Amino acid sequence: MSAAFQKIYNAAAERRAAVDKPDVPVIHIGMATCGIASGALETKKAFEEALAQQGVEAVVHPVGCFGHCYAEPVVVIEHPASGFPPILYPNVTPGKAKMLTKLYLEEGDPRFEHILGATVENEMIPWVMEFARFSMETRIVTRLCGHIDPERIDEYILEGGYASMVRALEMHPDDIVEEIKSSGLRGRGGAGFPTGQKWELAARADSGGKEKIVICNADEGDPGAYMDRAILESNPHQVIEGMAICARAMGASKGVVYVRAEYPLAVDIVTQAIEQARESGLLGRDILGSAFNFDIEVFQGSGAFVCGEETALIKSIEGTRGMPINRPPYPVESGLYGAPTVINNVKTLATVAPIIEKGAEWFKSIGTPGSPGTTVFSVVGEVVHPGLVEIPMGVTLRTLIFDICGGIPNQKKFKAVQIGGPSGGCLPEEFLDTPIDYDSLNHAGAMLGSGGIVVMDEDSCVVDVSRYFLDFTQNESCGKCTFCRIGTRHLLDILSRITIGEGIPEDLEKLKDLSRSISQGSLCGLGRTAPNPVMTSLEYFADEYAAHVEEKRCPGTTCRALTAFYIDLEKCARGCDVCVGCCPVDAIFTTRTRKKGIDQQLCVKCGECKVACPAEYDAVRRVSPAEGVPVVERVETEDSRE
Amino acid sequence: MIHITVDQKEIACEEGSALLDVCLENGIYIPNLCHVAAMETPPASCRMCMVAVEGGGGPVTACATRVIDGMVVRTDTDEVRQLQRTALKLLLSVHDIDCRNCSANKQCELQNIARFLKVGLKAAPYATLLKEQEIDRAHSFLDYLPNRCVLCGKCIHVCAEKNGRPYFTFARRGFDTVISAFGMDGLEADCEACLACVEICPVGALVVRSGRDKK
Repeated sequence: MSAAFQKIYNAAAERRAAVDKPDVPVIHIGMATCGIASGALETKKAFEEALAQQGVEAVVHPVGCFGHCYAEPVVVIEHPASGFPPILYPNVTPGKAKMLTKLYLEEGDPRFEHILGATVENEMIPWVMEFARFSMETRIVTRLCGHIDPERIDEYILEGGYASMVRALEMHPDDIVEEIKSSGLRGRGGAGFPTGQKWELAARADSGGKEKIVICNADEGDPGAYMDRAILESNPHQVIEGMAICARAMGASKGVVYVRAEYPLAVDIVTQAIEQARESGLLGRDILGSAFNFDIEVFQGSGAFVCGEETALIKSIEGTRGMPINRPPYPVESGLYGAPTVINNVKTLATVAPIIEKGAEWFKSIGTPGSPGTTVFSVVGEVVHPGLVEIPMGVTLRTLIFDICGGIPNQKKFKAVQIGGPSGGCLPEEFLDTPIDYDSLNHAGAMLGSGGIVVMDEDSCVVDVSRYFLDFTQNESCGKCTFCRIGTRHLLDILSRITIGEGIPEDLEKLKDLSRSISQGSLCGLGRTAPNPVMTSLEYFADEYAAHVEEKRCPGTTCRALTAFYIDLEKCARGCDVCVGCCPVDAIFTTRTRKKGIDQQLCVKCGECKVACPAEYDAVRRVSPAEGVPVVERVETEDSRE
Repeated sequence: MIHITVDQKEIACEEGSALLDVCLENGIYIPNLCHVAAMETPPASCRMCMVAVEGGGGPVTACATRVIDGMVVRTDTDEVRQLQRTALKLLLSVHDIDCRNCSANKQCELQNIARFLKVGLKAAPYATLLKEQEIDRAHSFLDYLPNRCVLCGKCIHVCAEKNGRPYFTFARRGFDTVISAFGMDGLEADCEACLACVEICPVGALVVRSGRDKK
């Protein structure tokens, strides 16, 4: 087997050697969906045009996602002849690309003012590892993301890829299961079920002559979560390798990647990766001369959030309505078309190959005893350095938010962190020292979930955030069971009333009771966890709910109906008209002193004036309750009569 | 034969049967809407037949629980009743409570369950949320009333059993889910002869259009 694999490796090395040009600069551009959305395609084009125009020779190398969203489009330039180490440039616009081509690639000046850091240690340019955003990460799942071209299997193989699969083929299936079991790996989809145990159940299940199946669940749908997409777009082979190892361990011969159709690039890349693996002989019949057959197909989900729930996912592949069914039977006994089926998340599967490579002991040395390994988060919201972060389990929320992601921008105060998406909870400052692992977060009333983290500053309203998440789950409820279908709708209606100042004191008790019933009575995980945002925020931010209901005041000055804008006349600059021009409803008028006032009758509270008001004046204020707004009479003046 | 204990009563039953079936056969009533006896895969969607199984976690649905020897079950704990009352209230909050003008009056499952749980036939404390469309006339001679329907799915189940495939299906999703007839062209004759859906509907949401004789 290893001899057969050695041939594949050698072929990859030869192909690589044929295109490799030593001493020619290489421009790595992050081209995952996130990079493209921030203009990586234009940046790539600008590099290519500039290179052609100036006759400079360089290789443009598309790679996946670096995980540093704040810096997109991200470019790393290797220019050995210049004497500088590989340099990482953030926010490379087409203009910057042209400039770097000329000044750095042609003339050898790396333009220090545009540099984020060097990607290797050196004496000239600070190493990126000197920044916490880089050094505090432990990359296992995302190790190669942003380094290799996901569209070339050779690059993965040459980085040591598929060696774990070869190893697994030489192992007894029971030993693979044992290795994963003793590693303590738990499902990264959110629930945290022990992966080894799941595989063991499937391996032992009687398939009644049917082919056993392994499914990769890439139906990522939490608002603000994009880890799975980034991994599939940046390094699909690590997931495929994990699936093959799982298949070998449980005796499956068929694999399905269930990926949502809204991820077109991920669909393309993973489809292509499967084809390349098949062509190389790493998938298919008698893989590497063994008696192991395994092939994978891609199934595109149509975007229903509930299809991330495993039984609904199965129904969806079978072609019926994507509605969950009651468990048991669990899919490991009777799953897709009645065959024993293992369904694992993208991140779980991507963790498998490193465990087989380095061993369970190594894996257990990372993270906490109850939750070994790392977890990948997408940290979004009010932080300085948002993006994908892979950290060992057990790191506290405080470290993640303040040390790694740079804390809250604009000198604002931290208010809450929503962790685990619509199934998770909203935790206040007191919980910042909670270690991030399955059990600690469950204990706090949140959940690790799939890994979305939304950080909120003092200007956000937790009631409004709960309403937002309930609106999401309510929209995504499949409608099958009573509690989720009708109960979440009532929760949403009550929350909506509270945010427009029509809440009554009894509402809070009603929210609590109904939440408890929904989480106890619902059929599937979606319904059971849907009230979590409400329950946690009611518990930890009771005063904010009370302020909305009793004082009609929104402490985060977010809820439109409870707030009003005014212009601070002390700060407003005489003669400045910026806000007037941007107001969509002509609510801003000029006062007798040639400063500005807002006509509260006309104002629609869009906040455009607050954005437009020049920072040096910063004169627009938002207050809650709305009645607290100072009255500035609209008086006809010479200015306004023009 | 195995033995289980339900509300301190010992019952002999077939291993593997649904707990709900066993209870109902032995005269222990558990509220239920979506269950049809001896269903292979119960939908467990109405969430009414909650019971507490000793040694288990919270309440579970009896329809989806298979009996095992020595199982000890309580059907009337506070927690169970609380959930059942909430489920019923939620169903009533989307139900057009106009019993006097309803064809199912006095045979209605919602009335029965409300009486059993000692819950008044009103939505309070929840607001009433009715759908705009009162009657769906998609079927050539059956009227579907979305504001009566509890979405138990029994009509779909029974239709599939009688006709090989259901002429009704769930349509739309989430809160907007309804039952809808589809692919009916030329098949009305099957329906004329059958009407099993009308008979099985627990709440009078499927009725033969007035002006037509019910056989």
